[in-house]
Amino acid sequence: MLRFAASRLISLSLSLLAASVVIFAVIEVIPGDPAAFMLGLNAQEDTVAALREQLGLEGSVINRYFGWVGGMLTGDFGTSYTYRVPVADLILARMWISLPLALYALILSTLIAFPVGLIAAARRGRPADMGIMGVTQLGIAVPNFWFAMILVVIFAIKLRWFSAGGFPGWDNGFWLGLKSLTLPAIALALPQASILARVMRSSVLDTLDQDYIRTARAKGLNRSQAIWRHGLRNAMIPVLTIIGMQFSFLLAGAIIIENVFFLPGLGRLIFQGITQRDLIVVESGVMLLVFAVITVTFLVDLAYAAVDPRLRRRG
Amino acid sequence: MKWPKTLILGGLIFATFLGAALLSLVWTPYPVDTLAIAAKLKPPTSTFWFGTDHFGRDIFSMIMVGARTSIAVAIVAVGIGITLGVPLGLAAAANRGGWLDEVIMRGNDLIFAFPSLVIAILITAVFGPSALNAIIAIGIFNIPVFARVSRGGALSLWTLDYILAARVAGKGRLRISTEHILPNIANLLIVQGTIQFSLGIIAEAALSYVGLGAQPPTPSWGRMLADSQTMISFAPHLALFPGFAIVLTVLGLNLMGDGLRDILDPRIRRARG
Repeated sequence: MLRFAASRLISLSLSLLAASVVIFAVIEVIPGDPAAFMLGLNAQEDTVAALREQLGLEGSVINRYFGWVGGMLTGDFGTSYTYRVPVADLILARMWISLPLALYALILSTLIAFPVGLIAAARRGRPADMGIMGVTQLGIAVPNFWFAMILVVIFAIKLRWFSAGGFPGWDNGFWLGLKSLTLPAIALALPQASILARVMRSSVLDTLDQDYIRTARAKGLNRSQAIWRHGLRNAMIPVLTIIGMQFSFLLAGAIIIENVFFLPGLGRLIFQGITQRDLIVVESGVMLLVFAVITVTFLVDLAYAAVDPRLRRRG
Repeated sequence: MKWPKTLILGGLIFATFLGAALLSLVWTPYPVDTLAIAAKLKPPTSTFWFGTDHFGRDIFSMIMVGARTSIAVAIVAVGIGITLGVPLGLAAAANRGGWLDEVIMRGNDLIFAFPSLVIAILITAVFGPSALNAIIAIGIFNIPVFARVSRGGALSLWTLDYILAARVAGKGRLRISTEHILPNIANLLIVQGTIQFSLGIIAEAALSYVGLGAQPPTPSWGRMLADSQTMISFAPHLALFPGFAIVLTVLGLNLMGDGLRDILDPRIRRARG
């Protein structure tokens, strides 16, 4: 297990290294001078020169790359050009919305998907299964930002149960904050729950066809005992993969939903960074998201190995 | 062979939108590029089936033209994924375990690690918002998908006897890949292509929703939704119809994908038989 973890950790570091090079290169290939790009067409020469200085653009590509990566490793993400505050502070503040939102949506999605997927699997081919499969098929097809708009019309404008957007901040009370994240979380969770329920169903069904379930039945367990003791644990492997992928998707994919609800989250920060040409925010924000995605993948790999010892050998 | 119901239903839904998109090239009920402020924000009636928007444009006509935008973007994005991804996947499988395989697959993992929407937004923001840049942004993320699918399919084929026979006959890896492997993974590629197509429709809608897709005056479903947002409380039809269009198109493609998988994927066919 330890060797497995170590080998995964090495590949995690290599991925992060490669990702940082790619992100750095994308920002590098922006046509023209980044400082001039950020300041727009009418910028004065000396303003551009001052910004170049501030951005650390004077120097070789290699030096700048290592300056950026080295800074991030020590917690210095640079200073935002538009907000004029350290990017690290900005990202940290935004994380307090994006992370809870992603978690909230993931919990909702899992809570819906598990029972629904299990019911569908248990009732394979019956009306309940067919109904669930139809509804989830529809759920996958609904774009979450459109679903979000519909939710706002029904629950914020007509029923007035929730506010249509914005975030009061956690300082004004946990429940108030949670309440303002509820509609966004539902909008994010529904399509994810549909996917997860289908994965859950097919995974349980696959497991039921396995020899060890037949063995379990043969030694005297009934169908539900066999599912609970041997089936579920094995069916969890593909389900865990999807949950891991969904978490990173929710973290980064919330960018559109955060725009619908005017939530000051990480996605919106990056989006605004892009439209306001605040490249330092974009560079570090995207790197952080990629870091989160790769780390979650790493953790999911470890979780697999914990659930299924057969996978440890593959390295 | 009996056709699965999902394929027929999905095919019909998608064919409707494809037909509307093609028809919009020569005819729409009303022009979509002229303003008629007098007729603005009309609810659905017998003259304007889906109502009109804040410029008095017919929503039905805009949905027809929007279908063209969505389908065109998604098709080209899938095309990019197939033309670049499939050769990479075939090359990786042909050199299984070699450095080329390793490089291609690690490159794949790397692209997967990037949050696709954020990068798509970054690409369109850096190179300017346009339908073309949206296509490129969506297409890039299709490459590793097709590379992975073709590598997986090809790997299982390379172990088969007829490939061995072809090798004994003196055919090189390139020839075997193109003559024997590619035709036999075409099924997998068609199914995956349908799935990526529907994901492309959603991605295009998302990008144009945040203003980074096709630019005005070209109608697109995503931007119609964005425009409707401030008027949704008194003109909900503005948001409903483009939304339905997206949902139905994606649903149609997904159903088609399921149906195609049922008849094309040999593993499922065997399991059923």
